[in-house]
Amino acid sequence: MSSDTVAGLGARLRRGETDPAELAGRARGALESIADLHPVLRYTDDLAERQARRAARMLAESPATAGPLCGIPFAYKDVLCVEGVETSAGSKILQGFIPPYTGTALGRLLDAGAVPVAVTNCDEFAMGSSNENSAYGPVGNPWDGSRVPGGSSGGSAAVVAAGAVPFSLGTDTGGSIRQPASFCGVAGFKPTYGRVSRYGLIAFASSLDQIGPFARSVDDVASVFTAIAGHDPRDSTSSPTAVEPVGEQLGKGVAGLRLGIPREYMAEGLEPGVLSAVQAAFALLEKLGATLEEVSLPSTEAALSTYYIIAPAECSANLARMDGVRFGLHIDRPSLTDTYLETRGQGFGPEVKRRIMLGTYALSSGYYDAYYRQAQKVRTLIAEEFDRAFEKVDALVCPTSPIVAFPKGAKSDPLSMYLCDVLTLPVNLAGLPGISVPCGLSEGLPVGLQVIGPRLQDARVLRVARAYEQATAWHTQTAPPRAGAGRLA
Amino acid sequence: MTLERDQVVHVAMLARLGLGEADVERYREQLDAILSHVDRLQQVDTSQVAETAQVGGLVNAWREDERRECLPVEAALANAPHRRRDHFEVGAIQE
Amino acid sequence: MTTASAVSTLEQVLERYEPVIGLEVHGQLLTRSKMFCGCSADYIGSPPNSNTCPVCLGLPGVLPVINRVAVEYVVRTALALNCEIPEDSKFDRKNYFYPDLPKGYQISQWDMPLSRNGHLTFTVDGEEVRCGITRVHLEEDTGTLQHAGDILQQARSSVVDLNRAGVPLMEIVGEPDLRGSEQAREYLVRLRQILVYIGVNDGNLEQGSFRCDANISLRRRGETGLGAKVEVKNMNSFRAVQRALDFEIVRQGRLLDQGATIPQETRGWVEAKGATISQRSKEYAHDYRYFPEPDLPPLHLGADFVERVRAGLPELPQQLVARLQREHGLSAYDAAILSAEREDARAFEALVAAGVPAKAAANWLMGEVARLSRETRVAIQRSGLGVEGLAALITLVEGGSINGSTAKELLEELYLPGGDPAALVGERGLAQVSDQAELERLVDAAIAQNPEAVADFRGGREQALQRLVGGVMKATQGRADARAVSSLLRERLAR
Repeated sequence: MSSDTVAGLGARLRRGETDPAELAGRARGALESIADLHPVLRYTDDLAERQARRAARMLAESPATAGPLCGIPFAYKDVLCVEGVETSAGSKILQGFIPPYTGTALGRLLDAGAVPVAVTNCDEFAMGSSNENSAYGPVGNPWDGSRVPGGSSGGSAAVVAAGAVPFSLGTDTGGSIRQPASFCGVAGFKPTYGRVSRYGLIAFASSLDQIGPFARSVDDVASVFTAIAGHDPRDSTSSPTAVEPVGEQLGKGVAGLRLGIPREYMAEGLEPGVLSAVQAAFALLEKLGATLEEVSLPSTEAALSTYYIIAPAECSANLARMDGVRFGLHIDRPSLTDTYLETRGQGFGPEVKRRIMLGTYALSSGYYDAYYRQAQKVRTLIAEEFDRAFEKVDALVCPTSPIVAFPKGAKSDPLSMYLCDVLTLPVNLAGLPGISVPCGLSEGLPVGLQVIGPRLQDARVLRVARAYEQATAWHTQTAPPRAGAGRLA
Repeated sequence: MTLERDQVVHVAMLARLGLGEADVERYREQLDAILSHVDRLQQVDTSQVAETAQVGGLVNAWREDERRECLPVEAALANAPHRRRDHFEVGAIQE
Repeated sequence: MTTASAVSTLEQVLERYEPVIGLEVHGQLLTRSKMFCGCSADYIGSPPNSNTCPVCLGLPGVLPVINRVAVEYVVRTALALNCEIPEDSKFDRKNYFYPDLPKGYQISQWDMPLSRNGHLTFTVDGEEVRCGITRVHLEEDTGTLQHAGDILQQARSSVVDLNRAGVPLMEIVGEPDLRGSEQAREYLVRLRQILVYIGVNDGNLEQGSFRCDANISLRRRGETGLGAKVEVKNMNSFRAVQRALDFEIVRQGRLLDQGATIPQETRGWVEAKGATISQRSKEYAHDYRYFPEPDLPPLHLGADFVERVRAGLPELPQQLVARLQREHGLSAYDAAILSAEREDARAFEALVAAGVPAKAAANWLMGEVARLSRETRVAIQRSGLGVEGLAALITLVEGGSINGSTAKELLEELYLPGGDPAALVGERGLAQVSDQAELERLVDAAIAQNPEAVADFRGGREQALQRLVGGVMKATQGRADARAVSSLLRERLAR
């Protein structure tokens, strides 16, 4: 096993070759050395120190019960609340906001002894597909700093791809974990909607958001998923169904499984390099014993429109609390209305304002039926089509993104940016689990293979992804070394 | 159906987003393009379909009527941009 | 031509026009915790912003979780108001900006409320009124705003307290079936009584746990269409509701007489001026943009849930009034008074269960106890004497151990501090003198000592007997059985 994975580092900790504080220090150093990519917004030194001590105690006192994440350094996206640590959602409007509480997913990682070392950069309020919408500056792709890492969890993908931390947390509303994972050549997993608690996640689209891990191997993804998944009474949308233990499923391989290739996903303007890499992946899966067949998801074309009604509508309400009264940016004006207008006008970036307006419009009097209600109905159709496909196959395989990482500034038109997510956002609309794992390079840039499963079949998705991953070496490929860049291990 | 300028102004006000004059036209154009694409939804036949109420199919997610600890006042007000003693302060509200 | 003048009186307006009134009541629910978080729902008196948490503060990243008991309380209310309970209902977001609304939206119910189509029946001036209930639904309360200088339009700044934000709030929308201010008042009295009876609301208008807004329009008598509707807010007592509606009837009537149209608007009642003032000038009409709350799965209340709530429904006021008459032979009037507050009816039944005759129990409760309760501001149930002590006291009177006036004195003395009436009677020798021989001796003594009174009485002056009775009472320090004394005197003097 590679020494800079969760599993590898865990072994070294238990052998006494290193300790949590040292690992945290090295991770921090590695992150600093890629500062030019700008994936980190702030370091969480105090918290890291406390957690490193806690992890050291756990390892010393009860090494048998200390889980795989104990003492392991990680980074998390700037939309997850931790008590006492600034969380700004990549936005000026929350600059300086210090949550007085810790969210559930991060809380579970802290209880497991994991050591957070940094807060990663992201698109503002998780809205974007390139991390160019951050109010604090864009992020560069470790494979080519002039290109985007994907978004909205670009920072979280980049720090894992650069080898600075073995895992990170991101969030996925329309593809914001899977697409950056694809662009950066790492594994990125979006669990079933409701599998991981959203309590503590600064909401973008409530019925679509999920928290999930980035890592360099499916095994590591599985370890993080196991630590954070499960019902949370603080989140009414979290699933009360017990989490199927992933470990038993992971190594079962794909022999005998039926995998479906959605016809509509293969026609979506795929770059030739993406197409050939993904087709090679299909061939390998067949060699490994899976049977592949074509399935159809006819409403795929409508999914983009559906998403760009529902997500903005929900976010227009979720972001209304940013009003300068109880927290965040406040621009003084004599009247309250002008305070609202100035604070929100200046505090939100253009993409966020666009989506708020789009959502407000879709919900407004006279337009609700034609837009929002219609979108929620089409959503039902989309979900039903997936259900019907899953009657015939056990999982779906397809590309994660039609394209590879593009240069910064290349997609200045909002709509063209939205089209990046056509292969990922239907999965959020249906609330299904989906993962991206690296499956090749196209002109030197990573391509991602997406595996999609039925609701609550997270373990099966990880199993299929792992079988593919272990039969290739793509996951061991790292970004070309960059001048002065340090690695964790 | 083109998005008109005063619709943008109206929506921006509903959402309390202060837009400069130049911004209004820029957003109008961008939103108009997005809406033109999104209008394709109208062509989908949904006469036999119900809206998705909750993608996980959950119902009756509730809790017992129990009290939990509150935040101390200082913590509740810690992020307040303007406070007057133990209150949040706001400017003149003209209705 | 009628004398339609700018100064028509209420009566004159009512001759020509019929008021059409619909009332909207918001009631805070008596749950322990708030609607969507575990902060206390009992916030009155808490220091500012000391009763909050990340959820009710509306901080980024928080999520609501429904309080099951709040749902039950609304269903209980809906059943008491004869409503239908649909199986499926949900919460929606009602979006608008205001400093006392932390999330920038209120979680409420829009098109699938917990209940609809009920009614409340009551009597006004001997006439039965059946007012429809459109719906009863559940939502969360906002925080409170205080304006520097107290007048919103002139305040340069305001302050926000979020202790109240998130308290469970029930909204009861009545059909516009009420035809005058008295009917409106009675509707509210009956509704409040029911809510207090079933234990979901404390009925306190002054503290704002029970709030009422009205919609009122006028139409010419005989017409069936609806006139322009005016919303009236800020009425903090039943009397204010009645006065405000009467004011509106006159205001609208006079305008209609002049041929003017009634602007459809919101007006606030100003107690000090005895008038409603227009609250218009909202430059921006609200578009609430309701949509289903994505953070809360919908509610599916099956028959077993509803039946369990129905089984737990306490006896309603009207049922209790009927039963008191049936089981205890009380008059309709007495039954109504005793059941105005449920705990008074309970006190009555406790007395009867302790052996006190129904009529005596009713008289004592409605008379002396009611007076003391008002004067001391302490209800019998919370007095030192308590219902048990009262039962003991009344039993002493009914059994002839003490007379009526001794009992009254003891009640007054023991009411607040409490005590054992029988023991006190023994200690102080307060027992009624009712021994026949003793009474005869006292009566003979009184006759002997008051010859003028005797002469006056024999001469035809009835009141003179009272002087003789008084004499006996004085001699016994008020412990004689006055009736027995009176009849003995008559007997003696008749010879």
